[in-house]
Amino acid sequence: MKKIRQILVGMTLLTLIGGSFTSCKPKKVGSLMAGDAAQKVYVAPGKYDEFYLFTSGGFSGQLGVYGLPSGRLLKNIPVFSQDPTTGWGYTEESKPMLNTSHGFVPWDDSHHPELSKTKGEDDGRWIFINGNNTPRIARIDLTTFRTVDIIELPNAGGNHASPFCTENTEYVVGNSRFSIPLDGKDDVPISTFKENFKGVATFVKVDPESGKMSVAFQIIVPGFNYDLAHAGKGVSHDWMFFTCYNSEQAHNLLEVNASQNDKDFVMAVNWKKAEEMIAQGKGKKIPAHYMHNMYDEKTHSATSTEEKEVTILMAEEMPGLVYYIPCPKSPHGCDISPDGKYIVASGKLAATIPVFSFDKLLKSIESKAFEGEVSGIPVLKYDQVLAGEVQQTGLGPLHTEFDDKGFAYTSFFVSSEIVKWDLEKRVVVDRAPTYYSIGHLCIPGGDSRKPSGKYVVALNKITKDRYLPTGPELTQSAQLFDISGDKMTLLLDFPTIGEPHYAQAIAAEKIVKNSKKFFKIEENTNPFAAKSEAEAKVVRKGNRVDVYMIAIRSHLNPDNIEGIKLGDEVYFHVTNLEQDWDVPHGFAVKGANNSELLIMPGETATLKWIPERAGMFPFYCTDFCSALHQEMQGYARVSPAASNVPLSFSGGATAAE
Amino acid sequence: MKTSSRNIVIFCTLLMMVAFFVPFWKIILEAPQYPEGLVMKIWLHKITGDVEQINGLNHYIGMKLIHEDEFPEFRIMPWALGFLIAFGILGAILRKRSLIWAWIATLAAAGGVAFYDFYQWLYDYGHNLNPHAAIKVPGMSYQPPMLGYKQLLNFLAGSFPDIGGYLVIIAALGIVGVAVYEQFYRNK
Repeated sequence: MKKIRQILVGMTLLTLIGGSFTSCKPKKVGSLMAGDAAQKVYVAPGKYDEFYLFTSGGFSGQLGVYGLPSGRLLKNIPVFSQDPTTGWGYTEESKPMLNTSHGFVPWDDSHHPELSKTKGEDDGRWIFINGNNTPRIARIDLTTFRTVDIIELPNAGGNHASPFCTENTEYVVGNSRFSIPLDGKDDVPISTFKENFKGVATFVKVDPESGKMSVAFQIIVPGFNYDLAHAGKGVSHDWMFFTCYNSEQAHNLLEVNASQNDKDFVMAVNWKKAEEMIAQGKGKKIPAHYMHNMYDEKTHSATSTEEKEVTILMAEEMPGLVYYIPCPKSPHGCDISPDGKYIVASGKLAATIPVFSFDKLLKSIESKAFEGEVSGIPVLKYDQVLAGEVQQTGLGPLHTEFDDKGFAYTSFFVSSEIVKWDLEKRVVVDRAPTYYSIGHLCIPGGDSRKPSGKYVVALNKITKDRYLPTGPELTQSAQLFDISGDKMTLLLDFPTIGEPHYAQAIAAEKIVKNSKKFFKIEENTNPFAAKSEAEAKVVRKGNRVDVYMIAIRSHLNPDNIEGIKLGDEVYFHVTNLEQDWDVPHGFAVKGANNSELLIMPGETATLKWIPERAGMFPFYCTDFCSALHQEMQGYARVSPAASNVPLSFSGGATAAE
Repeated sequence: MKTSSRNIVIFCTLLMMVAFFVPFWKIILEAPQYPEGLVMKIWLHKITGDVEQINGLNHYIGMKLIHEDEFPEFRIMPWALGFLIAFGILGAILRKRSLIWAWIATLAAAGGVAFYDFYQWLYDYGHNLNPHAAIKVPGMSYQPPMLGYKQLLNFLAGSFPDIGGYLVIIAALGIVGVAVYEQFYRNK
């Protein structure tokens, strides 16, 4: 029996050894959470964050504004998508902003915010963002945080490589992710892709004073999928670089067919040369049809103008304008070092990061060291332009930004990490996992000449188990890392609105000092503004009824309107007479099929209302403005079409005066 | 053979019978974006677990799809184990030490064949890649380990026995123990 017991003991031991297979597992990178993380992201109540972070809203079509390092959401700026909260895209004043050659397009897919730059540094005047779907670029004024300018790009499909700007915001660019034939020549078989489909590098001029955008010229380039771009800096000031994939020019099952070539391209465009060529009359004017929408801060109204012509340059006919640099495996990011000497491209299916030298690029062009051409455009030799490759990085490099100490930070989507590497030595020095599947990353000023070396923000596509679950649809996220030391340390992660493809951050002080507190009522030139109680009125013209209404704490005037008839179109033009900081008023009417209004002090906004039945319709202020906010209301009486109720209105306030 | 030895042999063969109803082997995959891990459970007659997800990921590197029908082994393995169990019980009933040794030899041979076959499959899946795959890393193959962990790009792949596998290991060890005892210790 004793022996049997021994055998049993032996078996148990063996089983335990077997079981321990599962526990001898390679160690993962330990928790990178800094012990004092909470302290580092704590911004005391009443204190300001050090940086603004602008995150693209992705499929929300908007632009998020957060504070760093706290990760607090400050605002969601309506850009391409209607926003019933503020009335953006619903009010008569703002509707023209969303007008396109395809009609009213009240949404888009916004990917890349780009802060305006002066001498290569973020200047805090404007921020641009692209609409990928219906090719557009928007400019947001950072004194009001409002979209003031949207320009459509003709001839383009999928404005993805956009809206990256040159060092003094001379231009913001766009380029086709979905190459298409030029407008008007596009009723062709899809199988003629190679022959007829073109990329279009659009250079949008930005007026240095007003910021007004206009399409300066378009360079027609081979039909690849243009992905991202960045302008040169300093020595490379005159150049703009675009990455492109699908150099196979596949037009179906791109997942496979566009991933075959070992190398795609970085396209280098000499935009100074383009300017010269245009000046020499080498540009060709072709008919086009696109919209340019401007929002005027004085009239508080937008106008949409149709543009009918665009100047093009055919790249293949313009020697010296465009060159292709071979680049491994479907490159995404195209990032220029702060000194402008290096071009870092990230092949999203590659395992190494090529770093190209601008100096070598120039020398190759000078000595005509070409390996051939595509569609008449010279292709440089990879080895001749390469400064070096960063080896053993990770898998799926996407996007690189820079700090102030000579390091680059590259996001890796497939291996879900940020890899820090030495720009000159091109060796990996640190890596940190992200949760999960990082797309772009952002360092304040990280694409400018003067990056800050404090933080990097990872913009993650997937959050899975990171937050309390909210059903099948989960948030995306931003993760803040401290990069001031040798090792990246995770400080914070916070959810974002929509998918944050890319983000830019800027020192708060550059914006705070210019931030507007309210609009001056005496500068309001909206034709329907009622700039005092005395100007409040209701006017009928046929079946159009214009209500010139004022809002001030705590009443609306007029507040009783009778004599509206079924079949009338009623326009509530509401002017907020307040002249104080943070006193907006809202306006809402029962049964409105569009939205409410949110009106800033000194502003006029108009809600169009077509009553669908006779009856009594209360209207009221929706923004809790004062102790008597609940009393801020009125009635619109709607009578049948044949009724003879005379049009009348009253405002208790006017009567009391 | 002592009664207690016979009982242990019968007990061990009964343990092996449980292996029909539980997974035999598992292959696990972990990556930063799969914190919960992906697991493929190999039974005697089927595959369960996150096979669809694993196939979805493998298509990037051009690995063949994993389908149950591809493996004739699933039709053979239940019979093989059934035979071993019957053989073991017969040895126990007849109380023949030589039969127990024969059983051990059969198991060792079957195990050897099974592992060789397993290796062949792993090699085939890891190396026989679609040349048109989106992700091609020069010199990289994706053969999962036979036993233990191995890093394959961003995935940490692990290969381990599952409950059924452990039961068979325990049973085999038990029977080996009995054979050794009966052979070398009992009469001394």
